[in-house]
Amino acid sequence: MTGSSNPAAIAVRGLVKQFGRFAALRGVDAEFSVGKFYVVLGDNGAGKTTLLRSLAGLAQPNRGEISILGQTPRQAASLIGYMAHPSLLYDEFSGLENLRYFAQLYGIASDEPCARAIRSVGLDPALARPVGQYSQGMRQRMSLARAILHDPGILFLDEPFSNVDVQSTRGMATLLRGMCDSGKTIFLVTHQATVLEGIADEFVWMRSGLIVARTATLTPPQENA
Amino acid sequence: MSLLSPVTRATLLKDIRLEWRSKDALNSMLFFSLLVVVIFSFSFDPNAEESRQIAPGLIWVAFLFSTVVALNQTWARELRNHALDAYRVSPASPNSLFLAKTLGNFLFVTVLEALMAPLFVVFYNLRSIGPVWQLLLIGVLGTFALVVNGTFFAALSLRTRMREIMLPVILFPVSIPAIQAMVEATHIVLTGEGTARFWIVLLLTYDVVFTTASLALFGLILNAE
Repeated sequence: MTGSSNPAAIAVRGLVKQFGRFAALRGVDAEFSVGKFYVVLGDNGAGKTTLLRSLAGLAQPNRGEISILGQTPRQAASLIGYMAHPSLLYDEFSGLENLRYFAQLYGIASDEPCARAIRSVGLDPALARPVGQYSQGMRQRMSLARAILHDPGILFLDEPFSNVDVQSTRGMATLLRGMCDSGKTIFLVTHQATVLEGIADEFVWMRSGLIVARTATLTPPQENA
Repeated sequence: MSLLSPVTRATLLKDIRLEWRSKDALNSMLFFSLLVVVIFSFSFDPNAEESRQIAPGLIWVAFLFSTVVALNQTWARELRNHALDAYRVSPASPNSLFLAKTLGNFLFVTVLEALMAPLFVVFYNLRSIGPVWQLLLIGVLGTFALVVNGTFFAALSLRTRMREIMLPVILFPVSIPAIQAMVEATHIVLTGEGTARFWIVLLLTYDVVFTTASLALFGLILNAE
């Protein structure tokens, strides 16, 4: 399945991932173009999160190949931003302290990119409160700030809008569209796809470990057929 | 600190700050060691000579059990909110994480030993007949032997269901040569009977072998599912 004629940001060939006897991914083949906004949809257990974790290099596929801008996920680590359902943050640290630490993993020694990332998600870098005392929505936004702080070319986002209020969700969606317009590829898994109608470039439908359809609008594949 | 890579330094400082704020590891280690000292001192009332015979075993077993408590705590905080995944998707080297964790645990256990040593001396009426500098050397090499193995095996048991039980089950048998060397060397220095040279060299060899093996294998452990 090929998206468009643009060079592939992500290419997946025959991707199989099994957990014991359960196959979470059953031979996924797909290409995703640079600078596009993809939204991955599907029921629980369809393989969305497993696909995302495999692309980010967190899950090792049993078979198949993954290419991120022509490299393996591990080689492309500095080009990838990853946001998961859990926050991936330390509860005892403030937002800026968290980002300051993670920035150093990418060789960033200055506070400015951290503060900029925090401001871009609508939070205050000067907030001294530990992340453990944040609301769930604030934690999600700080988690997005962590994912984008090193200015990655490809963003993998798993349920970024869960427990985020409507206004903040719209703000995050607009921010992501802006990033996409500046050339970044966004690959987002969500159950709240209506927010992204008119913002995303393509909706990728998954069922039982396979990509079953790719649509330009939020129309389920069976209705589309 | 300048000998360490920026990522190792950042991770070590992050762990020290987290421990300073939560005191999770230090409080549990201190409480456990205090219990051992007090309970054993009430259980029997040895004279100075008997103390020299039993204290080395008692001291090192107390530190071994306390180290297990610390090791579980330092990795547990990486699993909360899946913060370890943020490290795994970054381009930072697995060995930088291993070194930082090992040095952090070494520091925490050394602080514990510094606090507990005077209590052992008072409660067990200890006095060194052999050279005291050898005790310091045994302390450094012995503590490193406990934490380098412990950090590795704690990471190995990280994703197992009963990791608090799994860690001692794996760690204690592997630590037997180091424990024997620590106990024998401490006994020789306290009693002044013979030379501890053989046991100190054994400890040094143990440290070098297990540090090398752990560094060679830690990448596999970190990315295992």
